[in-house]
Amino acid sequence: MQEAVNAIVALMILANFLLLGTGSLRAAIRIVAIQGLALGLLPLLVHEKGLTLRLAIIAVLVILLKGIIIPRVLMKGLRELNTGRGITYYVGPVASLLIGILVMGSSLWWGYLLPLPDQPGYRLAIPMVFFTIISGLFLIVTRRQALMQIIGYLVLENGIYAFGVFFAQSESMLIEIGILLDVFVGVFIMGVMVFHISREFDSIEAGQLSTLKDWFRERRKSTETESPS
Amino acid sequence: MMIVALVLIPAVAGLLSFVLKSVTLRRALLMVTTVTQSALTVAAWLRRPEPVLDGWLAMDALGLVFMSVVSGLCLITSVYVINYLAKEPSGKRPDLEEPVFFANEPEAVFIGCLLLFQSTMTLVTLSHNFGVLWVAVEATTLSSAPLIYFHRHHRSLEATWKYLVICSVGIALALLGTFFLVYAATGTPSGSVRLVVEDLVAKATLLKTPWLKTAFIFMLVGYGTKMGLAPLHSWLPDAHSEAPSVVSALLSGALLNCAFLGILRVTQVLTAAGSGEFARTLLLGFGITSVVTAMIFIVGQLDYKRLLAYSSIEHMGILAIGVGIGGLGTFGGLLHAVNHSLTKGMLFLVAGNILAQFRSKANSAVSGMFVTLPRTSILWMAGLLAITGTPPFGSFISELTIIRAAFAAGHTWMAITLLAALGIIFVAMAAIFLRMLYGSSPEEQSVRSPLSESLFSILPPAILCLAVLVLGIFVPPALDRVLTEAGRLLGGQ
Repeated sequence: MQEAVNAIVALMILANFLLLGTGSLRAAIRIVAIQGLALGLLPLLVHEKGLTLRLAIIAVLVILLKGIIIPRVLMKGLRELNTGRGITYYVGPVASLLIGILVMGSSLWWGYLLPLPDQPGYRLAIPMVFFTIISGLFLIVTRRQALMQIIGYLVLENGIYAFGVFFAQSESMLIEIGILLDVFVGVFIMGVMVFHISREFDSIEAGQLSTLKDWFRERRKSTETESPS
Repeated sequence: MMIVALVLIPAVAGLLSFVLKSVTLRRALLMVTTVTQSALTVAAWLRRPEPVLDGWLAMDALGLVFMSVVSGLCLITSVYVINYLAKEPSGKRPDLEEPVFFANEPEAVFIGCLLLFQSTMTLVTLSHNFGVLWVAVEATTLSSAPLIYFHRHHRSLEATWKYLVICSVGIALALLGTFFLVYAATGTPSGSVRLVVEDLVAKATLLKTPWLKTAFIFMLVGYGTKMGLAPLHSWLPDAHSEAPSVVSALLSGALLNCAFLGILRVTQVLTAAGSGEFARTLLLGFGITSVVTAMIFIVGQLDYKRLLAYSSIEHMGILAIGVGIGGLGTFGGLLHAVNHSLTKGMLFLVAGNILAQFRSKANSAVSGMFVTLPRTSILWMAGLLAITGTPPFGSFISELTIIRAAFAAGHTWMAITLLAALGIIFVAMAAIFLRMLYGSSPEEQSVRSPLSESLFSILPPAILCLAVLVLGIFVPPALDRVLTEAGRLLGGQ
């Protein structure tokens, strides 16, 4: 069991590095799907008490939603968008990977400092959670496309969910299903919005979304000069 | 039973309105649902309903206050919204600000989401389990996003995208905070404590304090993003200015309170655990930052809907300060939450009337309102006085209570900063509002007859205005009792 858990933790860390380094939207969706699958297997392996029906249902739901359905929806959306398949960046892949290594290193350091004596077996778990959460936030901020912001959000959520699996078993399945449902509907609505963005701007660059500012008069002027009518 | 009905009725009605074909039937459904919801709320005041689902859903004083605000605002805005939808042209039409064309979202989606929004907000006010609370708050984000994107043009799209991404990420951090709370509650001397507010409060001293504090920080940042506390507020002015005014009224009046309730719930646990001082210090810090940030953006604001949005940030800051002071300040903060909701709901509805007449959100495009829109003007003037905390309106009483509590608790500098900021905001807002009210009206405006002054566009904000006025003259004993009880839950007097 221990080895299997460690293997999955390592897989999730690897997925983060791959996401930071990839230049293709298609690959990014695939990687986040793999991370979702790995996350789904986690609850089955972490619990010493053995497999209960409740754990099995949760695992199946996570695998279905995060490993299959959400990536499918994103992939289908990507196919319908008539834009490039490459990721555009504010911070490029090489720099992202270097930052990723730094974050992973400091996560290992923090992980050893934190007082979490209850689960001595999973020393890598806390660094993985930190690294995944920070990778998610980093992807949201440094990738230009709206689609990559959804993927960043998913990675962030995966990290938080992994923390829940290791250290915070909630008392009820109902709540876990509620959380999953919220995430799914959230990603779905964001996907619909990306579709609207691509129709409105002929691109899925979130950088296009920068009209709303506080100095109204200046905004007025700039739109007037762009399109005199 | 009643608690389940309160959540389910608008949810079912919302789903139903997605499939209903008839426009009249759908609008009637909205009206009937909000009236039923208000009737149930009145019943809850008379007799507090029993908790259900092992205490996951319950109604305490705190929840009752916030739920009443939600039900009341939804009822009043639904009158306004039906009138608003009836006047919205169908098909593509030119944008008011830029040379583009846009269409509206289908009305079925709009009304459906409006009802789902009400259901999820009610669920927030009734959740006593932190997991359910999180699910409900995230659900409010999801059900309100389509409301902001009612006018389908690129500006509202931008506002909706920012709202969705920023709030979802913020609330994801609140989920992490919730997990920290679970961790703080597992493996205590008396076993694991359930994640229900009452249980956590009862066994608060057994929880692991460092994790409890970490949980508070994450939940404050998470729910604070949604509440619009500076510096986490960046989605708020965009969403409030681009959404239809009636949606802005609900966002500002009801939704921000719901997020605040999330913070209050975890504050309850911290106070019981003896870390109340820690929570209050953080609230004070975020509160005063919000007030000052809002002040900077209110001075010289050129867009009157954004002005109202920044004013919401200011008032959220005041609420945080009120609770952060503790004692009598908590009572003041809760009373102020009610006052702010009523006032801001009214102001956004009035702003909707102004926008319909002058067809611009720029302050400079509006002048001479007393000539073109006499009734709206009176409400706009009253709104100015109410929002800036001028007597005899309710916000005067609540702001005074908070400032007095601040001096009494020894937060002298906090009180002085707050007073100065309130003074500057008063002058800045008065300058903008008065310029809109007086002066000569533009040529084209005097030709256009004041169409937007129909009964249904004036009555809803007028009722809200009257309510704030009444709260300024006297606080009804029932409300006073409930607010005091709610304050006691938070460790106040």
